[in-house]
Amino acid sequence: MAEPSLSEKITAANAEAHRRLLGGEPVLVDVKLAREAIPKLADRTVLHAGPPIGWSRMCGPMRGAVAGAIVFEGWARNLAEAEKLAASGEIRFEPNHHYNGVGPMTGITTRNMAVLVVENRAFGNRAFCTVNEGMGNVMRFGGNDQEVVDRLKWIAGTAGPALGAAVRNRKGIPLKNIIARGLSMGDEMHMRNTACSSLIVRELAADLAETAPKELPRILRFISGNDMFFLNVVMAMAKSIAMAAHGIEHSTVVTTMCRNGTDFGIRVSSTGDTWFTGPAQMARGLLFAGFTEADGNVDIGDSCITETVGLGGFAMAAAPAVVGFVGAGTLNDAINYTKSMTEITVGPNPEWTLPTVSMMGVPTGIDIRKVVSSGLLPVINTAIANKLPGRGQIGAGVVTPPMVCFEQALMKFGEMNGAL
Amino acid sequence: MPAVVNRIRRTFYMDSVALMRISRAVSSLAGVETAALMIGSTTNKKLMRDAGLLNADSDSAGANDLIIAVRAGDEAAAGEAIKEAEKLLDAPAVSGGGANEWNPKTLATALQQLPGANLALISVPGEFAAAEARRALNSGLHVMMFSDNVPVEDEVALKREAKQRGLLMMGPDCGTAIIGGAPLAFANVVPRGKIGIVAASGTGLQEISTLVARNGQGISHAIGVGGRDLKEAVGGITTLMGIDALDRDPGTEQIVLISKPPEPSIAKAVLERVGKSKKKFAICFIGVEDMQVPANASLSADLRTTAESALGGKKIAWAGAAPSAADLAGRVERGRNKIQGLFSGGTMCAEAQVFFKRANVPVASNVPIPGVKKPAAASADAHVLLDLGDDEYTVGRPHPMIDPTLRNQMLGEALKDGKTAVILIDVVLGYGANADPAGELIAQLPAAKDRKALLIASVCGTEEDPQGYSRQAQALKDAGVVVAPSNAHAAEFAIAVQRQLSA
Repeated sequence: MAEPSLSEKITAANAEAHRRLLGGEPVLVDVKLAREAIPKLADRTVLHAGPPIGWSRMCGPMRGAVAGAIVFEGWARNLAEAEKLAASGEIRFEPNHHYNGVGPMTGITTRNMAVLVVENRAFGNRAFCTVNEGMGNVMRFGGNDQEVVDRLKWIAGTAGPALGAAVRNRKGIPLKNIIARGLSMGDEMHMRNTACSSLIVRELAADLAETAPKELPRILRFISGNDMFFLNVVMAMAKSIAMAAHGIEHSTVVTTMCRNGTDFGIRVSSTGDTWFTGPAQMARGLLFAGFTEADGNVDIGDSCITETVGLGGFAMAAAPAVVGFVGAGTLNDAINYTKSMTEITVGPNPEWTLPTVSMMGVPTGIDIRKVVSSGLLPVINTAIANKLPGRGQIGAGVVTPPMVCFEQALMKFGEMNGAL
Repeated sequence: MPAVVNRIRRTFYMDSVALMRISRAVSSLAGVETAALMIGSTTNKKLMRDAGLLNADSDSAGANDLIIAVRAGDEAAAGEAIKEAEKLLDAPAVSGGGANEWNPKTLATALQQLPGANLALISVPGEFAAAEARRALNSGLHVMMFSDNVPVEDEVALKREAKQRGLLMMGPDCGTAIIGGAPLAFANVVPRGKIGIVAASGTGLQEISTLVARNGQGISHAIGVGGRDLKEAVGGITTLMGIDALDRDPGTEQIVLISKPPEPSIAKAVLERVGKSKKKFAICFIGVEDMQVPANASLSADLRTTAESALGGKKIAWAGAAPSAADLAGRVERGRNKIQGLFSGGTMCAEAQVFFKRANVPVASNVPIPGVKKPAAASADAHVLLDLGDDEYTVGRPHPMIDPTLRNQMLGEALKDGKTAVILIDVVLGYGANADPAGELIAQLPAAKDRKALLIASVCGTEEDPQGYSRQAQALKDAGVVVAPSNAHAAEFAIAVQRQLSA
């Protein structure tokens, strides 16, 4: 038989990537300290959102969060010392993605923070994400004062262990069906997690009552007071799914998309650990009262791992309310965002369906070839952070990666496969 | 003195995105500095306080209440803004209107949406057109390429590839086709019938198909090939394939072939192919009066005679009596005696030149047919016929068939010019053309009594075209424009009027 052409090899490899993206069995299995969940996460190491970045190029919220994390870990006594330490070169900065992790916005993760552990049982891999802190003055927006540090300590010392025990008590919470239900209840899992945050409370409540009766009221108030609680769960889940599709020879499917508040970075299944980066963009959308676009930070966070597996902007049709942040804001607009993503993906996910589009499956598996040849960029739903550290969210909207990421990736792919 | 006004709606809930949209609308009102509509949760109240939007009125508002907060230049503006906010809350604007259908941006998705499709119309900037055409051919689609500025090497490669796959590659620079009754790009609504057309000339195809339609017959298929197909380099690949296709087509009884004069070697190949067919051919190599053609073919130098051959010899004539050239010459200001042609269709301009040449009337054109000179090189007494669709006039602006601005301007100048006696014009209807070309033209004209030159026009279109042939023709007649039954008649009549003036 003749050797298949490169094009045929790509088609087969992408079909395999798509199969793996669809075939994941993500289960929330634990909540525990990062140093236990990720043993290779060393002391004096700060994991951050997005592709690699040093202190000197970090944006304001990222720096704020790093300083806060250093104080939280006790590596410095106060924020001023923390900043000096961060600038000194004695702190190691690495992307969450290098540790199978993800984190929203600044995405800062250190050894003594609690992380959600999602196991992809079909492929035997695990992924991690910190616990969502709620809205307002929080570390993911660069918040770093005592309130922020105290909350993180409570999560690490009280809420995290209680949640971990509850999850273990019921031998894990399968997530795929929660997502499927959430999609039919108006969540797209990136900007809207209202339904899924409620569903997960329902899943956890009885077990929490058994494992942490004393802390139950505060923990329930903490979770149910935060519509975005589930975002971090879905991010860990998405990471666990995307990991399984990484490392397939000849595949042009994107397995990582993320941003560090300065750069946007992607990685592709067949091009190993190479990052393809370009300048992160400013989201278009609606801002809260009193803010202008000049107050916003450029795109930041690992949360577009959701789009990487077909959720978020790709599932916009599930959440017509979200599309109100951009354009005319009609259901049709929402549906059109989703449909346009079918043009740059390998195929639909028949398990995650959209009631507003005749139960079409979410478009899944971004193919860099299709992005470059069509000029259509992935649509990402996102919060907009205040560029000043610790001031929180100032709006929400839609953003795209810079095209240069996909062009670089395709050039690299071409080089690796003798096509150039 | 800025005023902060808060209004509370108790136990009122609305989706936060909807509230943000109303906030934005209210913020943009005159005199308003900023405004927010938010549910009174602790987080939201902090946000509003930080934005300088909260006053003591909102202290009692909680998570089940809505706060409408406005900061404005004065109390009155704030009050108006609150009113507007309440109006928007009570009757949220229906945004976006009806269903906007989603159109795929890539060929692959378009094919998924319409699996039976067998033709792609490509209209993208020239430098990208070849890549798109390759994709289409790879997907087994015939191609009509509207794009121009495609290198001839690409055209040759694409046409060869298409031929290998048994697909028609119409274009580049193919502006018109009618396939199986479907008008593509610039085309007219003509009934289906037994006459097939293969044309390397867009307006030539339009003129013949509409003359056929207005004289009671129809078109099976009209295949455009692109202006360069009969050049040596391309070798007439699509013309020959088009003839093959129509020859095989049981619905086509006779075939019209339209082109500028081809290279001799290509003409030979095409005529050889024509000779092998059992069908009748009417051939028009514009301006070529004499050439040996096979027995099953007739040759004419102009479009009207070609259309008449296709109609089985039926003469195309003025409806009723032809107007009197002598009478109409009387409308022209004394001393004027020049004809100025302002054509939007290139083949119309070429056909008009044929009639001037035949009548031995001196003529010049920016796009001259063989034997005609450019205006700069022509004698001073030459009448000038301009193709305003030629590249020199279309750089940076739409084609005159779409946007008549340039022709309007030149028409105004010609009317003022003390030498211009007759202005010869083509009015092209159909899909893609201006929505009311007659109206655009009439708007330029001074009242008939103040007009010092005569306008002679032909209308290329059918009754079923979006603009409607009769409506357009009648509007022109009402404005004192002579409307001829074909472009050829218009040219002939212009010459007749001019002769009256020189007599």
